[in-house]
Amino acid sequence: MKLILKDGTVFEGKSFGAPVGADGEVVFNTGMVGYVETLSDPSYAGQIIVLTYPLVGNYGVPDRKFFESAKIQAAGLVVAEYSENYSHSKALESLSDWLKSSGVPAITGADTRALTKKLREHGVMLGVLSESITKKTKFVDPNQENLVAKVSIKKPQTYGSGPTTIILVDCGAKENILRSLMRPGIKVVRVPWNYDFSNDKFDGVVISNGPGDPNMCVESISNIKRAMILNKPILGICLGTQLMALAGGGSTYKLKYGHRSQNQPCINSETKRCYITSQNHGYAVDAKSLPHDWDVWFTNANDGSVEGIKHKTKPWRAVQFHPEASPGPTDTAWIFERFIQDLIAKKI
Amino acid sequence: MKNIKKVLLLGSGGLKIGQAGEFDYSGTQAIKAIKEEGIRVVLINPNIATVQTDENLADTVYFLPLTLQFATQVIKKEKPDAILLGFGGQTALNLGLELEEKGILAKHKVRVLGTPISVIRDTEDRDMFIKRLQEIGVKTARSSATRSIAEARKAAEKIGYPVMLRAGFALGGLGSGIVRTEKELTKRLDEVFHSSPQVLIEEDLSGWKEVEYEIVRDRVDNCISVCNMENIDPMGVHTGESIVVAPSQTLSNEEYHRLREIAIKTIRHLGVVGECNIQYALQPKTGDYRVIEVNARLSRSSALASKATGYPLAFIAAKLSLGYTLPELKNSVTKTTTACFEPSLDYIVLKMPRWDLTKFENAITQIGTEMKSVGEVMAIGRSFEEVLQKAIRMLSIGADGFTANKNGNFRIPNYMSEIRVPTTRRFFAIAEALSRGVNVKKISSASDIDPWFLEKMRNIVEFAKKLPRSDLGRKDILSAKKLGFSDIQIATLTKSTEDKIRKERHALGILPVIKQIDTLAGEFPAKTNYLYVTYNGTETDVARGKNSVIVLGSGPYCIGSSVEFDWSCVQALNALSKNGYETIMINSNPETVSTDYDMSSRLYFEELSLERVLDIYEFEKPRGIVISTGGQIPNNLALPLHKRGVKILGTKPEDIDRAEDRHTFSKLLDQLVIDQPAWVELTTLKEAALAATRLEYPVLVRPSYVLSGSAMSVAYDEESLVRFLKKAVDISAEHPVVISKFIDNAREIEIDGVASRGKLVIYAITEHVENAGTHSGDATVVLPAQRTYMETIRRAKQITKSIAKELKITGPFNIQFLAKDNHLQVIECNVRSSRSFPFVSKVTGYNFIDIATRAMLGKDVSGEYKTLELDHIAVKSPQFSYSRIKGADPVSNVEMASTGEVACFGDSFAEALIKAMLASGFRLPKKNILISLSKEENRVKMLPAFRELAKMKFKLFATEDTANFMNENGVKCDRVFKISTKKEPGVLGLIEKGNLDLIINIPTRASDLESKDGYTIRRMAVDLNIPLITNRQLAESFIMAFAESQGNVPKLKSVRQYVDNI
Repeated sequence: MKLILKDGTVFEGKSFGAPVGADGEVVFNTGMVGYVETLSDPSYAGQIIVLTYPLVGNYGVPDRKFFESAKIQAAGLVVAEYSENYSHSKALESLSDWLKSSGVPAITGADTRALTKKLREHGVMLGVLSESITKKTKFVDPNQENLVAKVSIKKPQTYGSGPTTIILVDCGAKENILRSLMRPGIKVVRVPWNYDFSNDKFDGVVISNGPGDPNMCVESISNIKRAMILNKPILGICLGTQLMALAGGGSTYKLKYGHRSQNQPCINSETKRCYITSQNHGYAVDAKSLPHDWDVWFTNANDGSVEGIKHKTKPWRAVQFHPEASPGPTDTAWIFERFIQDLIAKKI
Repeated sequence: MKNIKKVLLLGSGGLKIGQAGEFDYSGTQAIKAIKEEGIRVVLINPNIATVQTDENLADTVYFLPLTLQFATQVIKKEKPDAILLGFGGQTALNLGLELEEKGILAKHKVRVLGTPISVIRDTEDRDMFIKRLQEIGVKTARSSATRSIAEARKAAEKIGYPVMLRAGFALGGLGSGIVRTEKELTKRLDEVFHSSPQVLIEEDLSGWKEVEYEIVRDRVDNCISVCNMENIDPMGVHTGESIVVAPSQTLSNEEYHRLREIAIKTIRHLGVVGECNIQYALQPKTGDYRVIEVNARLSRSSALASKATGYPLAFIAAKLSLGYTLPELKNSVTKTTTACFEPSLDYIVLKMPRWDLTKFENAITQIGTEMKSVGEVMAIGRSFEEVLQKAIRMLSIGADGFTANKNGNFRIPNYMSEIRVPTTRRFFAIAEALSRGVNVKKISSASDIDPWFLEKMRNIVEFAKKLPRSDLGRKDILSAKKLGFSDIQIATLTKSTEDKIRKERHALGILPVIKQIDTLAGEFPAKTNYLYVTYNGTETDVARGKNSVIVLGSGPYCIGSSVEFDWSCVQALNALSKNGYETIMINSNPETVSTDYDMSSRLYFEELSLERVLDIYEFEKPRGIVISTGGQIPNNLALPLHKRGVKILGTKPEDIDRAEDRHTFSKLLDQLVIDQPAWVELTTLKEAALAATRLEYPVLVRPSYVLSGSAMSVAYDEESLVRFLKKAVDISAEHPVVISKFIDNAREIEIDGVASRGKLVIYAITEHVENAGTHSGDATVVLPAQRTYMETIRRAKQITKSIAKELKITGPFNIQFLAKDNHLQVIECNVRSSRSFPFVSKVTGYNFIDIATRAMLGKDVSGEYKTLELDHIAVKSPQFSYSRIKGADPVSNVEMASTGEVACFGDSFAEALIKAMLASGFRLPKKNILISLSKEENRVKMLPAFRELAKMKFKLFATEDTANFMNENGVKCDRVFKISTKKEPGVLGLIEKGNLDLIINIPTRASDLESKDGYTIRRMAVDLNIPLITNRQLAESFIMAFAESQGNVPKLKSVRQYVDNI
């Protein structure tokens, strides 16, 4: 099987996933562990993931309760060396079997470093995984469609119970966001991306991560605007940050090749502390576009991009990285704690 | 950091097992990081072969023992504002703790930079450590710190056998081990309590995975994990004895990040500032964990992590100690991104230990919780199979890879037992088992090694089985290369030759690619060129360099090839770059300075094999290769490379070979009318015995092929000759044995020199304190020569000149001589830099390698070099690691056994000798001395020395004959009985309970092994940490020097105060 990039470059490999073709945006991820979490992360919908760590599949695939969503969300997978044998006490099946049963193609044997350098220099590119190259190979840009609508749940669902209610706007939410919010006394209502919750009873809102261009989520943005009028605490994560910026009057732009890794350093403007964060985003908030009543909360220590925003007076904060980790470092889990504390404090 | 103008840095001293060259790397980086801030650095380190003690690094260098007494004096004299304890291993850390305890630091207002002393104590004292971790709910192994045998027994009973025994305050797990019964425990405790006041009895975690994290934290609590590593050998095998991979391979995201989170939580709670290492045991089935230990300093693991990731841990740690925060520092590899990040690897790294136990008679080859390895290699690649096979080749032990070895030594007959109870060759036993069809499950349950690793190993073996034996196609060769097979292995499997396979491979266009290590897996461009070579890829990251010269490194440290060769390589790199060349370093040893990111224009962390060097040479097209600074490994490549058209700088490879080949060199000496010890080469045992009789015993026996045990021995009679040859050797036409006359009571002198086009440029003459029979690497060496006649020196110089001329030497060389009654014989000539080059360079003040490198570049290096008459004297002493090598007889021999060396300066020989001995761990006697000499000649010769001891009011004890002799000659001493007599007072009881300060035990002969009593005395001295001298000349020199220096305060002079021409 081959990976064909839009610029005509071809990377050959051996298929170890489903024997089907796929197209998507080719992106690279530099995390060294976490292929299960990554593949099942809905933010990867429409994308062909290139893992820069060469040895993949070593610890197999565990029970689905450890996934970030019910299935593999990525369009395809490219690795340097798929490990035919896996070994882990929690593993139920091999990565290859999981890919096959999920109908997702994957190739092994590609020079993923060469591919990554290409994407770094050129920016993310469209690509196709296919057994053969034909003149008709079509490159479809997944960002042209509303990916969020595809990965979001279809109707609201409630988790836990308690006096405090959090609305989780599911734009493609990772399960670990839910797990991070769940605790005694908290009820989480997970709602579809375009669900208007302004008439529901709630104490706070979490806008989740999700795939694609934030500008596609017009309805989510208007719902957030309505929630802002209610003056309730809001926490944005990843795509949620971009949506909050848009709702607040800012704008977003597409990064050349995005941040997809587990080692992104982010500096908290309040404390100057630097956190190592897990990230997966192709779009970012434009710092210059932020209205005067918003501040940059976190900045990427490597490239200076916006990694978090907060309102000067209202309880609205958002982070571009993933405080829920999974995969990746857990250093910013305190953001959930803080949000819930804010929420309870506000209630009293 | 304000108000800091001068910093005292403590080095790690002589290389020993558990504490090797990695601390030259960390100290060197620390010096650079501090000097950059305009702060002056004062360094104490008696290890003269290090780069960190070079003149252009620290501002002031003291070659002094790392002891309380000397450090206190240096503090008084230098008045530093602060001290750094984290860069000189356990030695520096322990000394720092002592300085603080004794109030020296407070008294002289010396601040401790980096991790505070209280935190160091929390990590060093097991009880405190466990308590501190309990405070935050972090689990440690169930453990009990005990201070007596009774306490320890009780603790073991409570935890339940088997238990793990660990000595507190010990480097590299000294004295540790798993104990299964109370009887065994009591025996071990006797030993351990002698060297450690505290013994830990711990829960046995055998079979748990062993995982490590390298953590960096700054003073404002930014905290990152730079690297995680997984030991392939699970708990029960010391991490220094384990094969280690980075990053971890069998940990899931949850496990990886859970342990990372605990690490960061722990390090924050402890309050480390700088770098540290945290070790875990991880239960493979339940995911349960225990924190094993935290090393609040740079360590061997951190050096490995630094080389594995490209993250300069020591440099950053030094900056953080000065008060910087992580976000303020830049990533030195990208030069644009921040240092506050966690490297992402897009390759796999594998470290393998290098042992040298065959050098020791009686040494136990089992590996366990104590470190015995003397060096390590690190392989980088993009598949596990590739790095495993690369690493095995890098060890330079004659193995071509995991399988398909030409050399039969790597077939293991009792493979399952060596898998079950690990030995130094366990992975070859695994290869054997796999090739015999033993399944992975069985090997895994016998070894507790994760099946993932074993499956990968099986891939290699299975591929080798299935590879067609002829007409290899492109796919066959390419697949073999991706699995790390060398051309030699492919040739062995297909009964072809390395050259033929290389040719076929090139014809098929199968070439490796060169990849960069950039710390961010390609996310950002890298500015430095840290490179490796792989077949698992299609694109090379770099363009070839311009106007470059390659320097071949030394490979893994082992006995006989250590940090001194790395020093020489670094000097060559510096000289080349000063002369306008781009430098390319090739080396496989992560414990080196030469492989640091800023030492060369390009670093290939690669095999020093013919195949790989050719690959790099063909790609880089350099001006030439320097093979003469890295010791024997690169030296052996000279001729093979030359024959394949590679330009070797310096002496012509054919001429190097004339010195290497015993026959041609012998003829050459005859032709030059230079005397040499008589020798013959023989192919049967019978011939050997006849020849020995003809030459007259004693003879030196040197087989060319050794099955086990030492490779060289002195035979004093036919019986010992036959015994040695039968035990250790295969003698045949293919593997002849060389027998040469061993000259008793001869002295050894050496010349280290540089020549240019056959003309001698500079040389230094050193003499050994010990007579011939002690390997030059184990000898106490003096410069300038003190006891050698001028006439002998003149003659040595003449011989040197004529050999240099005959071999047309350009570059470094070393000649060893035997001197007896003003007559000189040449033992050998190495046309390369030798072990003593850093010593002679630093003592004379002339950088011999700089001169040699310029000579190799064709520059004019002639000049006046004053090396014979110096105003100071320097003595180099060997550093032994016998305490690590259980069972080994601590006696100097024709085989080298020391693992390192130290050197000190003085105004007199006595001063320099005593300092050097102290620097190598010797302690001066205060009261009780045991003397046991086994020959009348020894007793007679040492009588004046004994009289000196008596005069100094020492309480002397002696074994039967020695005691009688001494009392007869008016030297008062107490008699003790030999062990074999079983009479009281016995020598055993005296050693155990007698508070001995020194044992002088001189065996009959240089390689005397028959006397069991002598062996027991020597071994007990080592195991009970009692200073021991086993050589008569050294004993005499020491006693005389000690008597001479009574009442003198040793002088405190920096190297610049001694050597004024630098």
